[in-house]
Amino acid sequence: MSKRAIYLAPLSVFLLMAVYFAIGLTKDPKILPSALIDKPVPEFSLPPIDNGTPQGYGKGFSSADLKAGGISVVNVFASWCLPCRTEHPFVTKLAKMKVAKVYGLNFKDAPKYSLKWLKELGDPYDAIGADPKGRVGIDWGVYGIPETFIVDGAGKIRFKYVGPMNGDILENQILPVIEKLKR
Amino acid sequence: MKTGLILLAPLLGLLWTAPALFLSTAPAWAVNPDEMLADPLLEKRAREISKVLRCLVCQNQSIDDSDADLAKDLRIIVRQRLTAGDSDTAVIDYVVARYGDFVLLKPPFKGATLVLWLGPAVIAGLGLWAMVVFLRRHSGQGGGPGDRQGGGTQAATGARAASRPRPAPLTEDEKKRLAKLLKEDGR
Amino acid sequence: MIPEIGHFALILALLVAFVQATMPMVGAHRGNHAWMAISRPAALAQLGLVAVAFGCLTQAYVTSDFSVLNVVQNSHTAKPLLYKISGVWGNHEGSLLLWVLILALFGSAVALFGTNLPPGLRARVLSVQAMIAVGFYLFMLLTSNPFERIFPVPINGNDLNPLLQDPGLAFHPPMLYLGYVGFSMAFSFAIAALIEGRVDAAWARWVRPWTLAAWCFLTAGITLGSWWAYYELGWGGWWFWDPVENASFMPWLAGTALLHSSTVVEKRDTLKGWTILLAIVTFSLSLLGTFLVRSGVLTSVHAFATDPARGVFILGLLIVVIGGSLALFAWRGPALVSTGVFQPISREGALLFNNLVMATAAAAVLLGTLYPLLLDAVGGGKVSVGAPFFNAVFIPLMVPMIVAMAIGPMLSWKRADLKPALSRLWVAGLVMIVAMIAVWAVETDGPFMGVIGIGLAAWLFMGILSELAGRIRLFQGPLSESLSRLRRTPRAAWGMTMAHLGLAVAIAGMTGAGAWKTESIQAMKPGDTVSIAGYDFVFDGARSGTGPNYSILSGTFRVIRDGRLVTMLYPEKRIYDVSQQPTTEAAIHSTFLGDLYAVIGDEDETGAFVTRIYFNPLVGWMWTGVLIMVFGGVLSLSDRRHRVGAPAKRGAGLAQAAGA
Repeated sequence: MSKRAIYLAPLSVFLLMAVYFAIGLTKDPKILPSALIDKPVPEFSLPPIDNGTPQGYGKGFSSADLKAGGISVVNVFASWCLPCRTEHPFVTKLAKMKVAKVYGLNFKDAPKYSLKWLKELGDPYDAIGADPKGRVGIDWGVYGIPETFIVDGAGKIRFKYVGPMNGDILENQILPVIEKLKR
Repeated sequence: MKTGLILLAPLLGLLWTAPALFLSTAPAWAVNPDEMLADPLLEKRAREISKVLRCLVCQNQSIDDSDADLAKDLRIIVRQRLTAGDSDTAVIDYVVARYGDFVLLKPPFKGATLVLWLGPAVIAGLGLWAMVVFLRRHSGQGGGPGDRQGGGTQAATGARAASRPRPAPLTEDEKKRLAKLLKEDGR
Repeated sequence: MIPEIGHFALILALLVAFVQATMPMVGAHRGNHAWMAISRPAALAQLGLVAVAFGCLTQAYVTSDFSVLNVVQNSHTAKPLLYKISGVWGNHEGSLLLWVLILALFGSAVALFGTNLPPGLRARVLSVQAMIAVGFYLFMLLTSNPFERIFPVPINGNDLNPLLQDPGLAFHPPMLYLGYVGFSMAFSFAIAALIEGRVDAAWARWVRPWTLAAWCFLTAGITLGSWWAYYELGWGGWWFWDPVENASFMPWLAGTALLHSSTVVEKRDTLKGWTILLAIVTFSLSLLGTFLVRSGVLTSVHAFATDPARGVFILGLLIVVIGGSLALFAWRGPALVSTGVFQPISREGALLFNNLVMATAAAAVLLGTLYPLLLDAVGGGKVSVGAPFFNAVFIPLMVPMIVAMAIGPMLSWKRADLKPALSRLWVAGLVMIVAMIAVWAVETDGPFMGVIGIGLAAWLFMGILSELAGRIRLFQGPLSESLSRLRRTPRAAWGMTMAHLGLAVAIAGMTGAGAWKTESIQAMKPGDTVSIAGYDFVFDGARSGTGPNYSILSGTFRVIRDGRLVTMLYPEKRIYDVSQQPTTEAAIHSTFLGDLYAVIGDEDETGAFVTRIYFNPLVGWMWTGVLIMVFGGVLSLSDRRHRVGAPAKRGAGLAQAAGA
């Protein structure tokens, strides 16, 4: 190795680092990929929200529903989650499009508040399952809500979005995945 | 704040924008007595496991140190799995299956982490190699890179630094001062 | 009005810095003394202007001027005065202002006390300093203006993060920044030397006090942060290998290497290119340390001011400063000629080994800290690199270095013999073995690393004492002779001895705190007793109270040993009024062998309180050890030969020639 090359080495290493920094700036370190992508949905069965009646509110759903064929969207929400409120209109919009079944996973929520929340904002979900202890959420790898999963007809998780959905994300991320799965 | 939301991370006041993380307002300071197992051996294993699992929402704490809700849930799950008879690795695998390698504070040794794990050894090796090369060149037998122009054959040991040939020679005055300087310091 | 004065002062400082960056450099190149001379008044003017800006922001904080956005975001009328003042730098914009203030302080110090420097070198050094300053002023004025106004004016502020409302964290950033910015001096000297194409013993001497001072500040700053974590976070941890901690630790490692390699340049006229590189790298790591937190490329628990929008500017600044200086190094570095002969077994050989270990350690920490980012950038997924990785890599690196640290100081310069050095270390070896056996016997179920750690500490401690004994020829002649030699030992030599002894003590402390910590977590009702490490902690109950801007839950513990009261402990849990954020204030009683550490938590339905009691062995040794290290640094700094403005006689003429 020539002397000149040795003196150039630190600069080269730094420039390489700078390139990585530049790429790193475009990424959000807080967003984690799901470990469950392309894996079957975890086995679970969620009851409806307890509203004092025997049948409860929101029907409940289980892994069997997600494997029944047809694309489903599982949206994890809670009344205490402020961003869930901001994304609610877009969940409603998605549900109205009838491109997929939209399930609500009511995460670590008190029935009283979730019922009030749904009454106030409207209930866009085809079915809601209550997960008051959050155990099913953990099986789904949930770490910060809202989270939205897209499950294909065979019951495999194909996409996950963390954070509140908005018009842009709905148009450019969620719907394209559903379109692709339809084909 | 993108979504206008600030949630208070109980422990380090981490300002978080969306998404809403499992942060309750009433913090539980890391491991709580009500979570702990009666069997001290199992509890000890639980603590050791908790120390290598990352609290996902805190970004840089183990679930053993964290007050976040998710960390508490995971601590309880770790204890439930242990009580059910799982081995330590089985418990860790259980969590990794749900959250991925990201939850491991000590990254696993595999393709993606090869550079990380071998890096320090490679750096140390390169450094050692460079040191040996440097010492060989400069230990007095041969000429160093700086001496190549003419000083190579000079008997090096004991030669006064100032008397060796160099591209920008010192003036007599400088030499005297330098010699004095070195003498003044040589303990 | 006053915030506008501050803002205007910053703009003026930018202009002055621009002049200081350009004219003296050109002047030095052309030999124009008038242009070179501009650097001194310019440096002083910069200090004055930044001080005005800093004063204006402080005024806004102290008077709670909520028309200033920065004050709104980080202050509150109910905050105690100390934290109103420390709030000035407890945020992104303000901390940058502190940074430039310290930079200006160092610049002025060169201008005032650097009279023994050749004018050319001084002009260039100050010019490089001003270049750094220009970058920072621009960054502040364009992306992070601390004087930004807000309208309508809010009635009150959002308060400072309660965790920052603590004396430890009030002084941690200034110390850290004095360290970071102090390394800018070594950097500026390195750049000036590269431009002049010349590095010699005199250069090494000029750089040394700055490096040493920066090292002392950084050591103290890191320790303050660590100490804060220890008593504030409530579980007795003191080092977490958090990216931000690493960011301050990397310049420390590189700076320590620089401190040692510059000695070799001074005494042996070799290792020049390497030392210049270290000076550049140390400051680059300091810059990285300042910015890593702020750019948002890495998130960590410390991230109280991340903003990706600033990231681009920061990256640009890093590329210009670090990339530019490394390019200069690549271009001019090969011209630096080392003449000294280098034998492996010699003092310089030992120092080179120190450099190898320190540099490798810094590189390993850098790799571990940035790896998640690097992997993500190539689409390799997300990984965490936490404490288990760093411990696995760092500790094995330190073991051989500590072994060598006892031997190195015994070797003479140029060419030494290993045998006599080793034969003088038999006492150290013996003490090490005895210590290891003792620890092994007492702490039967602790980790083996504990035994090794204490053994190494004993080896190092005794090794250094043997070196000192050898240096003063203790037991080799009359005692009076030895004592007079002791008195004649230069302060710089004392400094080295103390710093190394301090490290030995600190290693013992770190080992103890890491290996044998005992804890007990439980719910206690008044009257309950918990026994830990031979102490009985009797819980006498808890009561509530109020502080200046928080409410308190305060517990009372009586600590009893062998029927005698050892101490009372009053841990607190605070809830801050504005943010409703809780903090813990651990109650700590230090003893020679360890800290009694109590934390109180919430009350449950049955009236029991969650309490955490710890015995943290030897933690006090850690802080004492570091104090001794810093003391050693200060002692060495006070040595006549290293003093900043020290006798102009030596080297001045030599340097004059260099500057011309």
